Amino acid sequence: MAAVVRTSGAATSELKKKSLVPYFLLAPGLIWLALFFVAPIITLVSTATKTPGVGIGEFVQTYRWANYLDAITGSAAQFSRSFLYATIATLLALAIAYPLAYGIAFKSGKYKNILLVLVVAPFFCSFILRTIAWKQILGQNGPLFRLLLDLHIVSDTTHLTASAPAVIIGLAYNFLPFMTLPLYGSLERIDPRVLEASGDLYANAFTTFRKVTVPLSMPGVVAGTLLTFIPATGDYVNAEILGNPSTKMIGNVINAQFLNTQDYPLAASLSFILMIIISVLVMIYIRKAGTEELV
Amino acid sequence: MAKTTRSIPPGNPGENDLLGQLENASKAFLSRRALLAGASGAAAATMMGVEGATSAHAAAAAGKTVRWANWGLYLDFDNKTKKYPTLEAFQKATGIKATYQEAIDDNDTFTAKVAPQLRLKKDIGYDIVTMTEWKAAQWVASGFVQKLDDAAVPNKKNVQASLLNRPFDVGRHYSLPWAGIIAGIAWSKSALPKGLKTLDDLFAPANKGRIEVLSEMRDTIGLIMMWQGVDISKSFTDAQFQKAVDFLQKKIKDGYIRQVKGQSYAEDLISGDAIAVIGWSGDINQLNLQNGNRFGFAVPESGGTFSTDNLMIASTSPNKAAAEALINYYYDPAVAAKVANYITYVCPVNGAKEAMAKINPKQVNNPLIFPTDAMWKNLKVFRELNPTDTAKYARIFQKAIGNG
Repeated sequence: MAAVVRTSGAATSELKKKSLVPYFLLAPGLIWLALFFVAPIITLVSTATKTPGVGIGEFVQTYRWANYLDAITGSAAQFSRSFLYATIATLLALAIAYPLAYGIAFKSGKYKNILLVLVVAPFFCSFILRTIAWKQILGQNGPLFRLLLDLHIVSDTTHLTASAPAVIIGLAYNFLPFMTLPLYGSLERIDPRVLEASGDLYANAFTTFRKVTVPLSMPGVVAGTLLTFIPATGDYVNAEILGNPSTKMIGNVINAQFLNTQDYPLAASLSFILMIIISVLVMIYIRKAGTEELV
Repeated sequence: MAKTTRSIPPGNPGENDLLGQLENASKAFLSRRALLAGASGAAAATMMGVEGATSAHAAAAAGKTVRWANWGLYLDFDNKTKKYPTLEAFQKATGIKATYQEAIDDNDTFTAKVAPQLRLKKDIGYDIVTMTEWKAAQWVASGFVQKLDDAAVPNKKNVQASLLNRPFDVGRHYSLPWAGIIAGIAWSKSALPKGLKTLDDLFAPANKGRIEVLSEMRDTIGLIMMWQGVDISKSFTDAQFQKAVDFLQKKIKDGYIRQVKGQSYAEDLISGDAIAVIGWSGDINQLNLQNGNRFGFAVPESGGTFSTDNLMIASTSPNKAAAEALINYYYDPAVAAKVANYITYVCPVNGAKEAMAKINPKQVNNPLIFPTDAMWKNLKVFRELNPTDTAKYARIFQKAIGNG
């Protein structure tokens, strides 16, 4: 330490040079962030307080902050529906992905890599096509509905698509890989000796799972739920294709305001509010869940 | 306002030609093949003479390009050659290279995408766009289009008189009707063998959850308003409009209406998810051709809506002469009949019926291509709304269908 204080002039300038290096290294990232994150956010915020001008899609800046209030009160139903659907879909995805990831991590043996590829395989097909596929599966002449019809569980007047459950199933399905992979990552890292130790201490399989496996997989759970919940909240494809007019989510409203009514300020304020709500929820969640090992 | 925002002043073809030449010069420079094609095309044009255009005009337009944005299934298409026969013939005859794209699936969405460029006077990538009447009105009012040179479009004389004087473009100086669209009710014959005659039939309890209506406000609300006894072609009150919206909203809330969508309702008819819809005449015709006559279409007894899709030249187009040559070509009755035979929407061209007798006599008496007088009486055009009402009604409608 003392040596550093007593360094010569040449060494100091070298130190100064060194201290600039991190910024140079960060520059590409920082410029990228400024161009594609900060600048769009500024445009978004400034669009949100504009009011309609003369021509189609022309708006003038009048600093009408009430736009935000209009956005919240006008679309409260779709906001709450988005968070509700996203929460249920996230829990559903967790319920499906946890056993799946557990199985791949501990029980799959030589099939591990094939199973992992299968988890990722749907990404080779477009998001929209995958959602349309669900429309066929759940549709009136689809295999599932026909089976339920033959079993007299449903009648021909009911329908599975164009409903809230269909939207939630679509969301859970589409984001399943985002849930599975982080879970697999944390489960895979668990040292088998820890599980053995638990057994040595007379814990049965269930207690070991509850007291050892689950806590050690928490980083994966937190990462997976975030990666599912955030895009699911803003999604509009599933609600558009698998839903009905009463299951529209906030993404559909933003889409319609941008493209159908061309009310850019309303669309911008809705987008901004959505972003803020998600950020706050995520922050609270991370605080509660703890993220020491998230990265 | 409209005049000042117009980027290329109408009636100033010199400027357009200059831009066109510049663009073509640069294109020809870039692509040797395009240059060769242009030259051979020009030679062909001068030797053969040109169908639907004077050879002098064709010579002037030779070597040019024209880019056309249209809706899906809206131009005769040969499944074997994967080409558009009438468009191929046009290219051969004039030497103009035509690029055709099914780029439009929604009036609002397409306009929203290109409007910023139009305002900045930057090329939108299309010379000709095809917009439904009410949206075409906004394009004309915003100065997004160029004035058509009547001398360059002599076939304008073939356009049906009733379509020549629309309120948004009296005398048709900025637009010409591509096809007429009838919105009515359609059904799956296997599910509803008795068919539908009225909106009462459409919203019958038996169809609950299997009904779809169009996201085109003027068609869905228009049909409901007419059923409620309102003449949508004349001035009506906000309350009358609201009454129709309330009805729609109730049917959505009660689970009668499964979805509100654009042209994709056709897929749901095929899959059987929807059995009764508010839809467009030509779509149902085409579905029947492809799927073995499974669907019925009728104009409700209370009346259907009629509108047109319109060809317009974008204000940013550097290829005005070529675009006019293309537009002119499609108002030749023989060409119009070929198109109508494929797209099966209302044909706006006089003489096409006679031409149709030669290529497909079965279609001559198809009232959805050549409506009868009785049918015309039952069709109404939704009245033109001022910008304030347009925005207001659009907002009310979007809210009713869950988007706000």
